[in-house]
Amino acid sequence: MAQIFHPNTNAISRASIFGALFAVVIAGWLLDSFNRSDYWTEVGVPRAQPVPFSHAHHVGDIGLDCRYCHASVETSAFAGMPATEVCLGCHSQLFNKAAILEPVRASLREQKPLQWNRVHHLKEFAYFNHSIHVAKGVGCSTCHGPVNEMPLMWKQNSLSMQWCLQCHRHPENYVRPKEAVFDMDWQPPADQAEQGRRLVELYHIAKLEPAGAAPQEPRKSASASKAAAAKSSPDDYFEEEQQTGAAPVVKFRDPLTNCSVCHR
Amino acid sequence: MSAAISSIEPMTLDALRRKLAERGSKPLWRSLDELAETPEFMEYLHREFPKAASEWQSGTSRRRFLQLMGASLMLAAAQGCTRQESQAIVPYVEAPRDFKPGQVQHFATATSRGGYGLGLMVESHDGRPTKIDGNPRHPYSHGATDVFAQASILNLYDPDRSQTVLNAGRISTWDQWLTELRPALDRVRAARGRGLSLLTGATSSPTLIAQIKDLLQQFPEAKWHIHEPCDLQQHRYGGQTAGQRPLDKLYDLTKAKRILALDADFLGSGPDSLRLTRQYAQRRRDELSSAQMTRLYSAGPAPNCTTAMADHHRPLPAAKVRNVLFRLNQMLSGAEAKWLPSGLAADEQAWVDTVAADLKQHGAESVVIVGDSQPADVHAFARDANRQLGCVGPQGCVRYVASILAAAADGVRPLAELVDDLNGQRVAVLAMLGGNPVYDAPADLDFAAAMKKSSATSIHLSAYDNETSQHCLWHIPALHELESWSDIRALDGTASIMQPLIEPLYGSATKSAHDLLGVLAGEKAPKSAYERVSAHWTQWLKDRQPIANFDVTWATWLQDGVIADSASEAIGADAALKAEPRDEAAPNQDLEKKSPTAKSLEIVFQPDVAVWDGRYANNGWLQELPRPISKLTWGNVAGVAPQLAERLNLQDGDLVTLTLDGRSVEAPVLRMPGHADNCVSVTLGYGRTRAGHVGNGVGFNAYLLRGRENLNSAQGLEIAKTGRKLDLAMTQHHHSLEGHVEWTDNTRPEPVRSGEIADFEKDPHFLQQEFDRHSPPSLLPNFEYSGYAWGMSIDLNSCVGCNACVVACQAENNIPIVGPEQVRNGREMHWLRIDSYYRGDPTSPETFFQPLACQHCEHAPCELVCPVAATTHSPEGLNEMTYNRCVGTRYCSNNCPYKVRRFNFLEYNDATTPVLKLLRNPEVTVRSRGVMEKCTYCVQRISAARIVAKREDRSIHDGEVVTACQAVCPAQAIVFGDLNDPKSAVNQRKASPLNYQLLGELNTLPRTTYMGRLRNPNPDLVALEADRSQAPNATVHPLDPQQLGAG
Amino acid sequence: MDHEPTNQELIDSHREASHTEVSRGAPVLKAGHTFGSVTDQISAIVLSRPTSRGWWLGLAASFVLLMVLNMSIAYLLLRGVGIWGISMPVAWGFAIVNFVWWIGIGHAGTLISAILLLLRQDWRTSINRFAEAMTLLAVACAGLFPLLHMGRPWFFYWLMPYPNTMALWPQFRSPLVWDVFAVSTYASVSLLFWYIGLIPDLGTLRDRATSRAAQVLYGALALGWRGSAMHWHRYRVASLLLAGLCTPLVVSVHTVVSFDFAVAIVPGWHTTIFPPYFVAGAILSGFAMVMTLAIPLRWLYGLQDFITPRHLNNMAKVILCTAMIVGYGYIMEIFLAWYGNNPYDQAVVANRFTGAYREAYWALLFCNIITPQILWFSRVRQSPKLLFLIALIVNVGMWLERFIIVVTSLSQDYIPGNWGMYYPTFWDWATFIGTVGLFFTLFFLFVRFLPMIAIYEMRELVHETSEHHAND
Repeated sequence: MAQIFHPNTNAISRASIFGALFAVVIAGWLLDSFNRSDYWTEVGVPRAQPVPFSHAHHVGDIGLDCRYCHASVETSAFAGMPATEVCLGCHSQLFNKAAILEPVRASLREQKPLQWNRVHHLKEFAYFNHSIHVAKGVGCSTCHGPVNEMPLMWKQNSLSMQWCLQCHRHPENYVRPKEAVFDMDWQPPADQAEQGRRLVELYHIAKLEPAGAAPQEPRKSASASKAAAAKSSPDDYFEEEQQTGAAPVVKFRDPLTNCSVCHR
Repeated sequence: MSAAISSIEPMTLDALRRKLAERGSKPLWRSLDELAETPEFMEYLHREFPKAASEWQSGTSRRRFLQLMGASLMLAAAQGCTRQESQAIVPYVEAPRDFKPGQVQHFATATSRGGYGLGLMVESHDGRPTKIDGNPRHPYSHGATDVFAQASILNLYDPDRSQTVLNAGRISTWDQWLTELRPALDRVRAARGRGLSLLTGATSSPTLIAQIKDLLQQFPEAKWHIHEPCDLQQHRYGGQTAGQRPLDKLYDLTKAKRILALDADFLGSGPDSLRLTRQYAQRRRDELSSAQMTRLYSAGPAPNCTTAMADHHRPLPAAKVRNVLFRLNQMLSGAEAKWLPSGLAADEQAWVDTVAADLKQHGAESVVIVGDSQPADVHAFARDANRQLGCVGPQGCVRYVASILAAAADGVRPLAELVDDLNGQRVAVLAMLGGNPVYDAPADLDFAAAMKKSSATSIHLSAYDNETSQHCLWHIPALHELESWSDIRALDGTASIMQPLIEPLYGSATKSAHDLLGVLAGEKAPKSAYERVSAHWTQWLKDRQPIANFDVTWATWLQDGVIADSASEAIGADAALKAEPRDEAAPNQDLEKKSPTAKSLEIVFQPDVAVWDGRYANNGWLQELPRPISKLTWGNVAGVAPQLAERLNLQDGDLVTLTLDGRSVEAPVLRMPGHADNCVSVTLGYGRTRAGHVGNGVGFNAYLLRGRENLNSAQGLEIAKTGRKLDLAMTQHHHSLEGHVEWTDNTRPEPVRSGEIADFEKDPHFLQQEFDRHSPPSLLPNFEYSGYAWGMSIDLNSCVGCNACVVACQAENNIPIVGPEQVRNGREMHWLRIDSYYRGDPTSPETFFQPLACQHCEHAPCELVCPVAATTHSPEGLNEMTYNRCVGTRYCSNNCPYKVRRFNFLEYNDATTPVLKLLRNPEVTVRSRGVMEKCTYCVQRISAARIVAKREDRSIHDGEVVTACQAVCPAQAIVFGDLNDPKSAVNQRKASPLNYQLLGELNTLPRTTYMGRLRNPNPDLVALEADRSQAPNATVHPLDPQQLGAG
Repeated sequence: MDHEPTNQELIDSHREASHTEVSRGAPVLKAGHTFGSVTDQISAIVLSRPTSRGWWLGLAASFVLLMVLNMSIAYLLLRGVGIWGISMPVAWGFAIVNFVWWIGIGHAGTLISAILLLLRQDWRTSINRFAEAMTLLAVACAGLFPLLHMGRPWFFYWLMPYPNTMALWPQFRSPLVWDVFAVSTYASVSLLFWYIGLIPDLGTLRDRATSRAAQVLYGALALGWRGSAMHWHRYRVASLLLAGLCTPLVVSVHTVVSFDFAVAIVPGWHTTIFPPYFVAGAILSGFAMVMTLAIPLRWLYGLQDFITPRHLNNMAKVILCTAMIVGYGYIMEIFLAWYGNNPYDQAVVANRFTGAYREAYWALLFCNIITPQILWFSRVRQSPKLLFLIALIVNVGMWLERFIIVVTSLSQDYIPGNWGMYYPTFWDWATFIGTVGLFFTLFFLFVRFLPMIAIYEMRELVHETSEHHAND
């Protein structure tokens, strides 16, 4: 009787054995890279706004300070958005006829607030507080990028958890002197690693307590050893477990990578 | 199965006692059924899948099914990824002054508790109040609040609140009402106010009272009635004390070494319960010596927080309180010659005599407290007793002041008179400012019928379109206390300004009583409530200090939440006695006939500890709040003593018909250990028909039994079994299991450790065990906390089981309610629960409370087993729960020996009702279905404090982080703080020899530890109670010398 | 080599078979079969024989149940796990009970084909094929439950280690993570083993198939098997390797499953005896299920020649033995509770005997310990009907055992204040019955479209039996 298969189907069947494996791996890889893609995270995608407000112009050209509009950034979790009256503080004089600013004037006239489209959107279960970051030397541009060059605002970073953790695990790579926090042109110095470590010490970042209040005796029931406070080693969530007395003792390094810092 | 059942003896008290005896060493027990292993109970346990039916009923239509199906899948997709949906940021047009977005602000205000004021401190997020706490400066709060204050925030955002003016049930407008009312008002004015009747609830608001008095001046013939269903001193409103101000009692328990509470739940309810609880608990906690420690005697019909805390509780029908006081006074006066029969049984009398002796011995350091539900002459007896003890006066344990509530002295008429007028067509305009008389007026008045009969233009100002609104021509939606200006005075007269925290949610249609009175007074240009209040107090200030700057003072008043030196003057003991003279002759006839018998039972009406008089019926938090001791939710019951239930052959949940004076209702029975025999206690406020979606048809309406003559208690109740049964929704005792095993129970460590003060004096550490002092070795790593180490201590000696912490936790942490069906399944979501246990004889056992939340173990079993690291150990020792990482394997809950974790078995959080979104605490994630949750030590508060501290580059001070449960606790039973700070308050507590770990033998090293319960019994009474059972049940003849000897 | 047996031999063997009592001497293949006859009879079931009405009825019935499963899963995804009876404190219910039960059943197949292969137990050949199939299906059913019982099943992949934007890994200390690996490894290896075993027979089917479709289908599956010496050599190596791989897995899977309980501190779970006692239990339930399937099958398809009394006899012995081990486990639990003098453990034991679920406990003792004892009698071991009954009882018993372990321990643990009861709801039952439907639907398809007995291995048996006769 006639052959059912052409001889070279053997080759196919052999290939298929490995092919199956490959297919699975490739699919997984595609999925992951799609999840990280700019298309998905909308990094670098400018957002249309009711009024085409240009940070490039206001910050870059004119040199407005961030806090002029985002007033509560140093005191509150929310950086704050300027009320219409703030815009018109200047624009009642400058370009006060410009058609492009009509929505702003309308807003005051009709007492209807402007509706800006949110660019940086964190999931509701992630709690972010601007004031503490600003207070500890995390610059605006570290997360928001070169705002002074953005005609329309876009996301510079993905805001994924992994991205947050880069800094929460190694703040020394990112912190800058407090006075430079609002400086858009600040660039990390050559010895950032060194500088950063110094600042982390200075600002009491990534330490359980400011040096002022020396930590007390560790809790008796909790700890078999009476060793002094854990000093921050930048690598791990825990320091190396060390065998002391009855049970090993785990020394916590720093609370920045602790879940409840961002999730409550 | 059947064999197994038949092997179990039917429940008789003797059987129970025998079981207890067998167990030896007086073990803790939770419920009568557990003790008895009754066949009914086992049959109940073995019913085939009781849940299946309900699951079918809750099935959804096919279309809805598919919709939701799609939705849930989309949800799944959406949750998995990070792509952001477009969202708007909406800044102000003109930003308000000193307002920072995303920052919390606190405002002082006050709330009304049956007319009396309670100072509040309300937390506001971006202009919306989210959490209510007590005002530390307020004398009756000291920072604490009761469950009602906690839950009232939910009423503010209740979607069922009425939102429009209704004319005979049809939607109308405020202006419409004004125009249509005018002719009627003009007619009334022409008749000097004849035909104008005003009905309000009890009030102490100076502005409101002044406003009404002005109105009455304008309309001399108008009448003002007050109806406050659960103000138990009804005699205020007309009757024998007309012309005089009734008295209020101000207790000071900081000095009291001996307290006798007669039918009084001074720890659980009443306008001063918070203050008294604090004082009682403080003394109980700090004075740990038999010489100094407070001893609390209580006698009363139904078990409650006070009876649970008592060192000796004597179940006693309400009617017999008079007898007890009569006997007590005899004992105190000691004038044996003119002794009359007390009408007490021999053992009762012996009990009173022993107590009397103890009180007498401590004289001015002891006090007698009588519940408001007792009639005026009994209160007079009590004053007499206190005077004889010498504890009356500014230095003593009790002072008397003229009540600041509007009363007969202000020209207030009783409700009955209004009903007569209505029936007699003598009312042209009836204005009801709040209240719900159609539902809660005495049944024999039949208010509804009177309303139907009358042709009056009836106006009802109310937050809900309720039973009464239905019978009114006009319904005006009322403002919530947090939406309007007003003022109020506390029990001692201290006044507070009530200030609004939010614009009226439902627009200008909602009005306050002030506005309505303005209209009635025919003001051309109606003033705002703010203008009225400020005007009144400007005047008040002018009268006292003409030169003061009002604006500054006003600002301070608002900030403090109290108005300085506005309290009222105390009245001397003798004057007090004159104020309400007691009829020497009266009691003697009463004494015999009043006491209930098996033939004619006594019924006691009490305000419900959760829905009060029914005004909170639509509040889900309160409906689902487990009642103290009984742990009942979603409904009320007829409470009876176990021995009565045994005689009538009643089990928990059996439906019975209660009949009183020809009126009858059906009620489920619940046996309450420690309840008075021949007595049935019911709570009011249930069986609402127009409360709202939550409250409608829950429980039975006890008002239907309540007659005008016997508002608080009555004799001659008949009880008949219907043969039907109700599945009560209880959070603890539905957990009861039969097949309880004695031979292990002797070795099973008891969760609540308790002992007597005498033993404590012998060895202060007598409650502690080895592992409480130093922990055994463990294979798990020990953590070392170089920073903060948060911990909590809960003092079982102080906790009176008032439940405030449970609601506070619910409000702070966005905890959903689940409904009665889910509660029956054991799925209630409370992060903090209060377990209750009994010890000793079922007829009057000792009762124990144990607040239980996540213990935040050092060696947390839950952390090891979570496959996705959703629950982890923090560098500060917290056992953290990351909701958005949780996949819901529930392994952590299985492995938690305390079973304090709660799981969203279904979508419990209402994500659809918009107004409820305003209620939520933005600092706490709202958990979705399929996620585990639990107490977090209010980690959001810790984080907030840490951020502030870190910004200021300092460490968090002790007491800077206060958990919600700690803040609300009137007894200060809960202390939270840093264990690494040796000076911290929590370390002080944990240093106590009473400190112990729950299940410490498991070496979980809980961060929350407890302080054992100490009791301070009277040795004489212990001896007496030992042989009480043999005592003959005969009344004592006064001239029996041997009985006199006993006295 | 392959010669037709003479009549004389046939008669002898018949006589022999008739009066030798069933024991290791007895034939594992009814004598008188030739290579041809074996192949015919087995492949006919798949290829030529008309589909019986019984098969259609069986498939229909189990398909209905499968639809019930679909319905309950849809409703589950819609409403959440709250539709089940689980509560606080009993947060695990039927889902976990069924999971452990099915996984247990999934043991026999691999055990038979792997371990007995290594032990050269010739009697395994005729049952190993469908036992392996049963294993796969059981594991498939089991695999459903850990997914379904999650609060948010759409995040199941968080239990697997993969690079992600959260920079998070699973919590490897949790036994549930071990489960994921243990079960998935077991499933994939068993599948491989089963499929490789099929290849020669698929070849046979391909060659004997008459319809084009069948030829192509079986041909594709046969992966170009031509039965060359090289093929056979590779084939033997592969199956031996896999057998070696499977053997530790048989033990490891249920050990890991038992860790889910043993690692927890729940009284009644926290005991070191669980791993061996779970494995024994698994084998017990596994063989019980094989028996439950084999007896009807041989009757329906007239396979008495291939699945001989000796098979039943041996399986019965295995059941008896493992039942004894399990019984020992029960006794040890009680003994340790008493000896360890831990009030909580003692309470659990007492609660099992006298508590709310005591009927279930007594029942499981009866099913798993008492009933198998009658297998001491060889008469019982030779009566298929009785064996079938016993197998059913043991299946029920093993399910009850898991129910008792999961539920009673949770319902009364440490603090009396939070004890509670568990009542299964309609949906609990629906999901459970549904998986039974899934199991049998697939099994019916298997017996219809694949050779339920390894043809080529039977051929070898023919060889051996005929030699055996030639020698006497």
